[in-house]
Amino acid sequence: MSYLELRDVSKVYGEDATQVHALSRIELSVDSGSLVAVMGASGSGKSTLLTIAGSLEDPTSGEVCVGGQSLSFLSRNGKARLRRQSIGYVFQDYNLLAGLSALENVSLPLELDGISARKARVAAMESLEAFALRDRASHYPDQLSGGERQRVAIARAVVGGRQLLLADEPSGALDSTNAEAVMRLILAACHRGMAAIVVTHDAQLASWADRVVFLRDGRIVDQTLPIESADAFLADLPKS
Amino acid sequence: MSIRHALLALLSEGPKYGLQLRQEFESRTGEVWPLNVGQVYTTLQRLERDGLIEADDVADVSPQKGFHITQEGAEELAQWLRTPPDYSSPPRDELVIKVLVALELPGVDVHEVVQVHRRYLVELMQQWTRLKEDESRLDLNFALVVDAELFRLDSLIRWLDTADGRLKRAAAGVDAPASQSFPLPKARRRVGAPQ
Repeated sequence: MSYLELRDVSKVYGEDATQVHALSRIELSVDSGSLVAVMGASGSGKSTLLTIAGSLEDPTSGEVCVGGQSLSFLSRNGKARLRRQSIGYVFQDYNLLAGLSALENVSLPLELDGISARKARVAAMESLEAFALRDRASHYPDQLSGGERQRVAIARAVVGGRQLLLADEPSGALDSTNAEAVMRLILAACHRGMAAIVVTHDAQLASWADRVVFLRDGRIVDQTLPIESADAFLADLPKS
Repeated sequence: MSIRHALLALLSEGPKYGLQLRQEFESRTGEVWPLNVGQVYTTLQRLERDGLIEADDVADVSPQKGFHITQEGAEELAQWLRTPPDYSSPPRDELVIKVLVALELPGVDVHEVVQVHRRYLVELMQQWTRLKEDESRLDLNFALVVDAELFRLDSLIRWLDTADGRLKRAAAGVDAPASQSFPLPKARRRVGAPQ
């Protein structure tokens, strides 16, 4: 079942002669448990699509539904609550708070949502443990490597049973080994039932997705077909 | 892919017979490059003819006939390992040719042609990446083969992305004309040639 749906979504910035059509008539749905990558060049509208999907911006026209609920009918506070409770964000530059430890960074969104500090820290530690970061819990961001910082950011994005993960070039600042580790974690979150969108220009990253959607000048121009099983693919390889 | 040298490498570990060589070649390349028995025996005959391997028992013609590497074979293997493949001249890449042809043909949207190939390559990368998902089946050799294939496909997609952007800028008059010819360097040092 689709957890996220964008129906005929368009976004226009500016007016009259200075108008920029950042997104045009986007139709996109993401099921729970599935990972969709959105690929496109710089300026194709990828990040705008993500901010609209995550209710950080409103579309100029069209409708966004998260968990079966149309965002059009939600108040500003309602959207903020939805973001705190259901949506996790991962950014290229991690966006961790420098003055907080890894554990505090992960527990913060739960505490902001009114969960007691003690319960929030227990949940945050569980999330860090799931990403093999228990021994880094008390470290501050500047004491962590780039790969560890992004793993903390993903732990924060999935903590508390969030259902939708939105990632913007999540491994853009990492080497290929750490980039693969990040994608494995995002995929693992999907296998636990989250719906996820990763926007990227990087085909290596996008290739972890169940489906890749291609964006060009604010329009979806193409998408991949479902792939065959690993065994069937190996069996079909041409013989040398 | 040099089956000849791969077989020499396997024989450098100790004497082996034909079927065993085939099985070990396939398992060590993650079953990605299957070999038929005919190829194995044809290659072994040539290696024997060239003095790089010897049969354990020349009278024995059964599939269990063993082979071992000679001193010349070991030297050939060592030399091959250290000789870089010839990357000095651009291959006549079919993908590049298709995009260049699309650019010249009237009525063809080159961006659409680029996208057809981009999607196909991304789908192929999804297949290879899927093989990496199950870490239990990902032994070291297989992981290296899969990574190599992913980087190869990725480089093609990066070229398509770059070409797409370059064509777009050229159409907008920002870049040099797309049809401008580019001279290739005339003299190239042959890889592996004496200095």
